[in-house]
Amino acid sequence: MPVMSYIQAVTQALREEMQRDEKVFILGEDVGKRGGVFRATDGLYDEFGEDRVLDTPLAESAIAGVGIGAAMYGMRPVAEMQFADFIMPAVNQIISEAAKIRYRSNNDWECPITIRAPYGGGVHGALYHSQSVEAVFANQPGLKIVMPSTPYDVKGLLKAAIRDPDPVLFFEHKRAYRLIKGEVPEDDYTLPIGKADTKREGSDITVITYGLCVNFALQAAEKLAEEGIDAHILDLRTVYPLDKEAIVEAASKTGKVLLVTEDNKEGGIISEVSAIISENCLFDLDSPIKRLAGPDVPAMPYAPTMEKYFMMNPDKVEKAMRELAEF
Amino acid sequence: MAENRHEQLGLTDEQVLEIYRVMLTARKIDERMWLLNRAGKIPFVISCQGQEAAQVGAAFALDRNKDYALPYYRDMGVVLAFGMTIKELMLSAFAKAEDPNSGGRQMPGHFGQKKNRIVTGSSPVTTQVPHAVGIALAGKMEKKDFVSLVTFGEGSSNQGDFHEGANFAGVHKLPVIFMVENNKYAISIPVSRQVACEKVSDRAQGYGMPGYTVDGNDPLAVYEVVKDAAERGRNGEGPTLIEAVSYRLTAHSSDDDDRTYREKEEVDEARKKDSIITFGNYLRGLGILTEEVEKEINEEITDLVNEATDYAENAPYAEPESALKHVYKE
Repeated sequence: MPVMSYIQAVTQALREEMQRDEKVFILGEDVGKRGGVFRATDGLYDEFGEDRVLDTPLAESAIAGVGIGAAMYGMRPVAEMQFADFIMPAVNQIISEAAKIRYRSNNDWECPITIRAPYGGGVHGALYHSQSVEAVFANQPGLKIVMPSTPYDVKGLLKAAIRDPDPVLFFEHKRAYRLIKGEVPEDDYTLPIGKADTKREGSDITVITYGLCVNFALQAAEKLAEEGIDAHILDLRTVYPLDKEAIVEAASKTGKVLLVTEDNKEGGIISEVSAIISENCLFDLDSPIKRLAGPDVPAMPYAPTMEKYFMMNPDKVEKAMRELAEF
Repeated sequence: MAENRHEQLGLTDEQVLEIYRVMLTARKIDERMWLLNRAGKIPFVISCQGQEAAQVGAAFALDRNKDYALPYYRDMGVVLAFGMTIKELMLSAFAKAEDPNSGGRQMPGHFGQKKNRIVTGSSPVTTQVPHAVGIALAGKMEKKDFVSLVTFGEGSSNQGDFHEGANFAGVHKLPVIFMVENNKYAISIPVSRQVACEKVSDRAQGYGMPGYTVDGNDPLAVYEVVKDAAERGRNGEGPTLIEAVSYRLTAHSSDDDDRTYREKEEVDEARKKDSIITFGNYLRGLGILTEEVEKEINEEITDLVNEATDYAENAPYAEPESALKHVYKE
C-alpha cells in the first residue's frame, strides 16, 4: 500500500473524484496554474483544464456563493478557501445560504458543495494564518464539518464529502500537510461522515479529540504505555454533527475523559462533547471531565515563544493524560 | 392613434396584452395581501407595487422554459411570469403546507420553485447574486445556452456580494443579467443616500460589462434591454447590468410606515406614472385593451384571486413536528 502525506491524500481524493464524475470541479484562489499555495491541487490544472480547476478573483464570498449557485444547479463544486482564517467574508454565504437551502425550500433545492480550508497553527502563521474556525460553524444545522487526522481518513472523507448531497466544510490541518504520512489504499473508498473512529483501544483513560491533535494524543499514548497507562483514543473525524453514540461509549469505557483541541477553550467543539458526556455518563465517570485547549486569546501570536505557548503539542497532551490517569 | 412601439420589438398584440395581464395579476394579488394583513389574517406583506412593469417586462424577454430567475422579495411579477400560480402565492402568504416556495417555512416574498427554475432565496439581501453567477458558470461548463436573471434593489447594489458576483461574471464572461430594480428607497433611505454615482448602472464599467438605465415603468423599454442582454449572454459576450428605475408605491412592508420619512405629495406624483395606468393607457390607445377586454381580464383575475384566497385560507398548516424535517437529505 502506498505511503503518502496528508496533502497528497487531498490531491489524490480530488483527482479520483474528478475522474469519476464530470460534475466535480474546483474553484478558488491560485488553485489552477499555481496548484494552490500549499500545492493541494498540484497537477490537476494540467489534467483537467482551466474550466474544472478554476482560478477565481480574490473574493471569498464569491468563491462560496458562486459554488453554491453551481451546486444548486447540480454540479459538485469543491471550493477552496486559501486559509480557514479568510473564510470570514464567506460566512453569510455558508450560514445563511448553504446551510439552509434544503430546509428553507422544504427539500425542493439542495446544495452539495464541499468547502476546503487549511486551518491550524504551529507554522509561524501568526494570528491570521493559524486559526481553528470550526466553532463558528458548529451550531449551524444543515452544515457538516469534517476534520481528518490521517492521510487515510483524508482520502476517504474528502471523497465522501464531495459525494454528499449536503454542504460539507472540510478543514485540513496545514501543519499536518507534510508532517503526517501514512498508508493510503489506491482503490476507491469512502469513510462515513458523522461517525467517529477509535484510533487506539485502551482501558485507563479516554482521550477525545480531532485533527492534528489526534496524532499528538497517539504519540503521548505510546509514551504513557511504557508507564503502564493505557489510553483509549477517539477521533471525532466529523465535528458537526457529533457522533453522540461513539462519544458516550468512549467516555463510559474508562470513566476518565480528556478532551483536546488546539482551538480556544471556551465555546468550542470539545465544550459540546463535554456537555454530551455530562448529560449521558454521570454515573460512569470517575473524575471530572478535563479539557485541554488553547488559551482564550483572540489567536496565535507570531513570535516563537508565544506561538509555542499557544500551540498544542504531544508534551502538553501527555502531561494532561498523566494527570488524569493519576486522579 | 398612439404609436405602436411593441411591433418593432417583435411583440404581438396578444403578447403585450399578456404582459399587462401578468402585471395586473401581481398588483391584484398584492392588494389582496394587504387587505388580508390589515384584517389580521396574514402576518406580513412585502410589496411589488410600482415595480410590476420592470419585473414582467424582464421575464418576458427571457426563455421561460430554460432560463433561470433569482428574484428578490418584491418580484411577484417575475415569479408569476416564470410559472408560479396565484394559488401558490396565496399559500405562501398564509404559510400553508402546500406552499411550493418553502412549505410555510419562510415569510412571503422568499420565492423558490425548482420546476420553474426560480431559485430559492433568503432574507439577507444580495446573497442570490453570486448564485446567479454560479448557475451561469455551470451552464457554460455544461455547454448549455441558458442565461440567469438576478434582480435586487438599488440598496443591494452596495453589498459586497453584488460587487464580488458582478466582477466574477465579468472576468469569466458569464451569461448573467444583473437587474437593479431602483425603486428609489431602501426602507427609509433614499437613493441619494445609497449611491454616490449618478446612475446605479455606472457601476457596470468597473466590471467590464455594459450598463443601461431604463424607465422601469415601461415594460417595453425593460423588455428591449433585457432581450439584448440575453442575446449577448447566449452569444458568449458576457453579463449586463440593467437599472430599471421606478418607484416603491407602498411602505417597505406591512410593518413599515413610510409617512415618517417621505412626503405624500412625492408618492402621489409617482402614482401618476404607475405602470398599471400608463401601460394600460398605451394598450387602450392602440385599441388592444378595449373596454370589453379590460372588463373580462379584471373579472377573471379577481375570480382567480378570490378562489386562491379561499383555498389558501382553508388549506392545512404543516404538522408541528415537520419542523424537524429536511435539515439534511433523508
